[in-house]
Amino acid sequence: MSVGSPLNIGLILGAVIATAAVLIWVERRLLAVWQDRLGPNRLGPLGLLQVAADMIKILSKEDWVPPFADKGVFVFAPTVIMVTMLTAFAVVPIAPDVGIIDFNFGLLYFLALSSLSVYSAVLAGYASNNKYSLYGALRASAQTLSYEVFMGLSVMGVVMLAGTFDLRVIVEAQQNLWYIVPQCLGFAVFFIAALAESHRTPFDLPEAEHELVAGFHTEYSGIKFGMFFVGEYIGITLSSAMMVTLFFGGWHGPLLPPVVWFVLKTAVFIMLFILIRGSLPRPRYDQLMAFGWKVMLPLALVNLMLTGALVLMVGSDA
Amino acid sequence: MAGLRQIAMQGRAVLGIVLSQFRTLWRVLGHTFTRADTVQYPEQKPALSPRYRGRIVLTRDPDGEERCVACNLCAVVCPVACIALQKAEDAHGRWYPEFFRINFSRCILCGLCEEACPTYAIQLTPDFEMAEYDRRNMVYEKEHLLIDGPGKYHDYNFYRVAGKSIGGKDKGEAEHEAPPIDIHSLLP
Amino acid sequence: MVGIVVDGEPHEVPAGGNLLQSLLSLGLDLPYFCWHPALGSVGACRQCAVVQYRDENDVTGRVAMACMTPVAEGLRIGLKAPAAVEFRAGIIELLMTNHPHDCPVCEEGGECHLQDMTVMTGHTFRQYRGLKRTHRNQYLGPFINHEMNRCIACYRCVRFYRDYAGGDDLQVFASRNQVYFGRFEDGALENEFSGNLVEVCPTGVFTDRTFSAHFTRKWDLQTAPSVCVHCGVGCNTTPGERYGTLKRVINRYHGDLNGYFLCDRGRFGYGFVNCADRLTEPMLHGQPVTRAEGRARLRDVTFKGAIGIGSPRASLEANFALRELVGPENFYAGCADADYAMLDTIRRVLASWPVHSPSLREVEGADVVLVLGEDVGNTAPRLALAIRQATRNCMLAAAAELKIAPWQDAAVRELAQQVRGPLFVLATTGTRLDELAEVVVRRTPADIARLGFAIAHALEPAAPAVSGLSDEDRQHAESIAEALKRADNPLVVSGTGSGEPAIVEAAAQIACALSRRRKQPASVSFVVPECNSLGLMLLDPKRLGKALESAESGSVPAAIVLESDLFRSARTEAVESFLSRVGETVLLDHSPQATAHRAQIVLPVGTFAETEGTFVNGEGRAQRFFAAMSPRGAAMDSWRWLAEAHPRHDWQCLDEVTGACAAAIPVLARMVDAAPRADFRIDGLKIPRQTHRRSGRTAASAHIDIREPQPQDDTDSALAFTMEGDAFDAPAALRTYSWAPSWNSNGQSIAKFQDEVGGALRGGDPGVRLFEPVQRGAAPWFTEIPRAVAAEPGVWLTVPRYHVFGSEALSARAESVVERIPAPYVALHPSDLARLGHADSVELNWHGFREVLPVLADDTVVPGTIGVPVGLPGMPCGPCPRTLALRKAEPHGSGVST
Repeated sequence: MSVGSPLNIGLILGAVIATAAVLIWVERRLLAVWQDRLGPNRLGPLGLLQVAADMIKILSKEDWVPPFADKGVFVFAPTVIMVTMLTAFAVVPIAPDVGIIDFNFGLLYFLALSSLSVYSAVLAGYASNNKYSLYGALRASAQTLSYEVFMGLSVMGVVMLAGTFDLRVIVEAQQNLWYIVPQCLGFAVFFIAALAESHRTPFDLPEAEHELVAGFHTEYSGIKFGMFFVGEYIGITLSSAMMVTLFFGGWHGPLLPPVVWFVLKTAVFIMLFILIRGSLPRPRYDQLMAFGWKVMLPLALVNLMLTGALVLMVGSDA
Repeated sequence: MAGLRQIAMQGRAVLGIVLSQFRTLWRVLGHTFTRADTVQYPEQKPALSPRYRGRIVLTRDPDGEERCVACNLCAVVCPVACIALQKAEDAHGRWYPEFFRINFSRCILCGLCEEACPTYAIQLTPDFEMAEYDRRNMVYEKEHLLIDGPGKYHDYNFYRVAGKSIGGKDKGEAEHEAPPIDIHSLLP
Repeated sequence: MVGIVVDGEPHEVPAGGNLLQSLLSLGLDLPYFCWHPALGSVGACRQCAVVQYRDENDVTGRVAMACMTPVAEGLRIGLKAPAAVEFRAGIIELLMTNHPHDCPVCEEGGECHLQDMTVMTGHTFRQYRGLKRTHRNQYLGPFINHEMNRCIACYRCVRFYRDYAGGDDLQVFASRNQVYFGRFEDGALENEFSGNLVEVCPTGVFTDRTFSAHFTRKWDLQTAPSVCVHCGVGCNTTPGERYGTLKRVINRYHGDLNGYFLCDRGRFGYGFVNCADRLTEPMLHGQPVTRAEGRARLRDVTFKGAIGIGSPRASLEANFALRELVGPENFYAGCADADYAMLDTIRRVLASWPVHSPSLREVEGADVVLVLGEDVGNTAPRLALAIRQATRNCMLAAAAELKIAPWQDAAVRELAQQVRGPLFVLATTGTRLDELAEVVVRRTPADIARLGFAIAHALEPAAPAVSGLSDEDRQHAESIAEALKRADNPLVVSGTGSGEPAIVEAAAQIACALSRRRKQPASVSFVVPECNSLGLMLLDPKRLGKALESAESGSVPAAIVLESDLFRSARTEAVESFLSRVGETVLLDHSPQATAHRAQIVLPVGTFAETEGTFVNGEGRAQRFFAAMSPRGAAMDSWRWLAEAHPRHDWQCLDEVTGACAAAIPVLARMVDAAPRADFRIDGLKIPRQTHRRSGRTAASAHIDIREPQPQDDTDSALAFTMEGDAFDAPAALRTYSWAPSWNSNGQSIAKFQDEVGGALRGGDPGVRLFEPVQRGAAPWFTEIPRAVAAEPGVWLTVPRYHVFGSEALSARAESVVERIPAPYVALHPSDLARLGHADSVELNWHGFREVLPVLADDTVVPGTIGVPVGLPGMPCGPCPRTLALRKAEPHGSGVST
């Protein structure tokens, strides 16, 4: 087995989609636990079959396209997020032998695709021909553009330290010291930006249901809605995997096999995403933008300067 | 110096805000180890107090007569206007509803009707299992609403207090009533 | 205007009033019980206490009763002063000590003045722990329920019933807090205004018995402004509907007409709307058909060239639609020819003579009243009540001389004792006003007319003289003329009741003579038989008799009869012959009647409570009435049936018909102003017919259809069948109900809608007067003076007699009214009866039919005449013959002496 083998590709694709599906159940159960409820526990052991039930339901629902929608774009929009998120997974270094592609500009590729995913929201909002959807789309694009800027800047520290954009090399470089230690500020900025990029609470303003019904996917139902949903969960998984890769030493860890370490670390971050959703309230939209430009961007720049200074002082191979 | 102190104070405030987010996360995480409040209905039945606001009944007074006097106060207080009734009167002056209809498909079980009722006739019970496949089955008429007992209030009988004569209770026989005046009497 | 200071705020109020009335007119809330705008002040209940200050330095003041305090310049009072508030709270607590805790089972609950005042005063907790006094109730007849326990002894009931309405069978018994208001024994309250006790009583001692039988709280009634259909006075009413039943009719205040009071016929006659035998489906030869079928048949009949017979109880719009459908040349009046002649005279007199037709408020202001040949008390009871008030004007004038204000009710009555102002009743039989009259003259109809002409001549020598008058009558004529000459504000009242056209002419002659003398229009008030008799006449119909005659020649292919029973308007055999000769007869009506059984096509229409339109009352006032409910079954507005059958007109809503009618008939040009048009809106919303508290919307019809019905759309008016909208600020003509915050009772909340309490409604009283007196104009005297009728042996001259209950056809169908309708009879003077041999019943020849009727001896009947009650159920049908031959009924008699 080696990176890029068909078996690898198949297993990873299956695992990612399965994870996204199971995440629906995981999120509901975890939120329930933290809210002193039980969550879905009726179908199958621990309610696990709820996933299957949800899938059956979502696939068998009426596939409705509103008569006032721009039909072609309306159908196309949800596929964008699925495709971009899944293809972005190609560069994630899961273990020394596990991965789809080994690519020396992997990090840039990830940044590029995660930006592209916003087209999904923009096109969906435009095609729905509905004021709430359009507002959602506008918010999604502005929010993604803004947070994209310092997401990129926040990982430059890692790139400086590792001297490469190749994710596998970055993981290898953390054998002795995880980059969370020198790059704690960078991690904080990256984490917040990742939250915003994936449109998760508390930054889910594009679909803020208290003001925009359901934002850009107001008009969506059935499998097309499901694709948005699954796309969002793949996005969470991808962001968590990138955090592990960039700051928490990827597959490195004692005793257990590398894959297990990677999966465990990723799982922790996914749960953190869910915990945040269960705890923090949503800010106002202007607060979100102000926070991005007035706080996060300076922080990212400070981090960049400090890292640069450090690298210059200690030497590039530190 | 003042400027520095101000910056320090602002910094502390920002730190407070940031820490508060973490504290929130921590406290929510703490709920991982608390018991769920969920009751596993229908295997497990919830313990409902007698004053739970469920299905509405019409009760009878201790003498076994209908308590409802068709005063219409429940109907008028009902925020969803789901009570309709018509007053009728028996040969001895006792008021009762000719029909009494509650459309439970509209009822929000707010209990205002019970609060408004001057005779304790209309009462909410701890029964909430009223689901139907057909909305028409949720229209309850008087025969569906009327129960055989006095409900939560065992002793109250409106006509024993009210000064209107009915069959079996003449003028002057209610509580705190003097015998009827003999207007032919010449005594001052 | 004088300036007073209330709680430190200066206000301007009219001089001469009492403080309570002035405060209420200012829109301030002050609790009261015994005072009533129409009854004046007696200061009995002590509820309207205020603190009166000597000057601006006086901070203590003294407690005074507002209703007994005249307003004066600089009067300083405290409404909210603690002493006053405490005093009022104490009074209400005392009034409530014996109140029986039975609001839930009281018909007054929800519109109870006592409830309102208790809440307003803040009395929420009962401290009295003693025994409550109780009373036994009485049976007071089919209209009124009695529950004496609720009484707070304000004395309003006896003050209204005895002092205002002249009843004598309601009295107050016993003493101190045991006082009892009732009759000396069980039995129906005799006065025809007893229904007002329901609204006059501030609590639930007297309640509406007919309403109680199908009781609904005030807030659940769907109401609309309406006009009474039971006589020609045109009192304003508010009918209320719930669950498809007309539940009750209450008074709707009108400053110029009925004011605060209605007669019992208007209040309780509504029962005919709820009768089970109403016409609800179109019928073709006795078989029910669809609405479309009925409409098609009506159209067919129209193409045949039908004649139309209009109705004095259908709206102007319906009559006009019929007139348009058949053409003015084929339009006939659905009333008896005798009535037609009299109404024609009245129409001409009002339109072109220099006389003024007074409103009831103006009638109340008359100082000398002459009633000529009309039993006003039975044919137009509310007008009689106004005349009764007019007879008090002399004592009010006497009181004014002693500087006693008119509202000082007890003082004025104490001063006046039984003195009444000059009222002259010249009648053909006994009337309800005889007891008040200074002079009562009873003669045959022709002699009454002659007497009237003689009075006119005595007033104005230019008027034709009457020859051959007896000395007694000449004296009467002169003394009455003398009184009329002296009067500041004389009034002549007459009407169609006597059946003698010359009497109407004589009344007009007197008024005209007065106008000439006074150089200003004198008042003459005509009583017309039905709610829209005058309106029908303004459409210029032909006499019914002509229609019957032309049918004889076979030239009438079809007839459309609108809301009238021909058998009441013409002799039975004439109608029978008409109906058999006419090819096809279409009847539009709401209640079954004799013509309905004979018509080939019957189209159901709505009653006054279900349709909309305009009536013209005897005063000449056009008033709009609105539907309180939707018609039963397939019934529709009459005008709509007729408009839909019209080949050219495409009238979609009432306004279009009203507009067309106003454009076509010059005298009716102003009828469009009787009420705002259907596109009237307040804040974009129609006026709601339902109160904001209405209940049961989602349950009332849930047993029929679980989905709530969509509110019915009303394209004909600015009223909506919903609870959305502003009923409070609606113009007076559209005010669907009377309610104001803290004021739930009908009689008291009206103060919030008046310019000043007891005055005109805000924005003007509704309706438009169609006739204004012609100032100049040659007096076209009536010169045909009837000859005195010489008595023939064995033949009696008939004189119509009227009964409040029974003479009017619609109210006579009401279940509660039926109990009060007298049994059929004829009345003879005792001397005539003696000549007949003291018979119990007589046999008479009624248009050739032999009828046997019980006979009563009545010394108010003029000898030589026979009193025949009009319209009583069980009486032979058709207008009564002018003379009747009669003889003592034999148990097996067969012949008739002629």
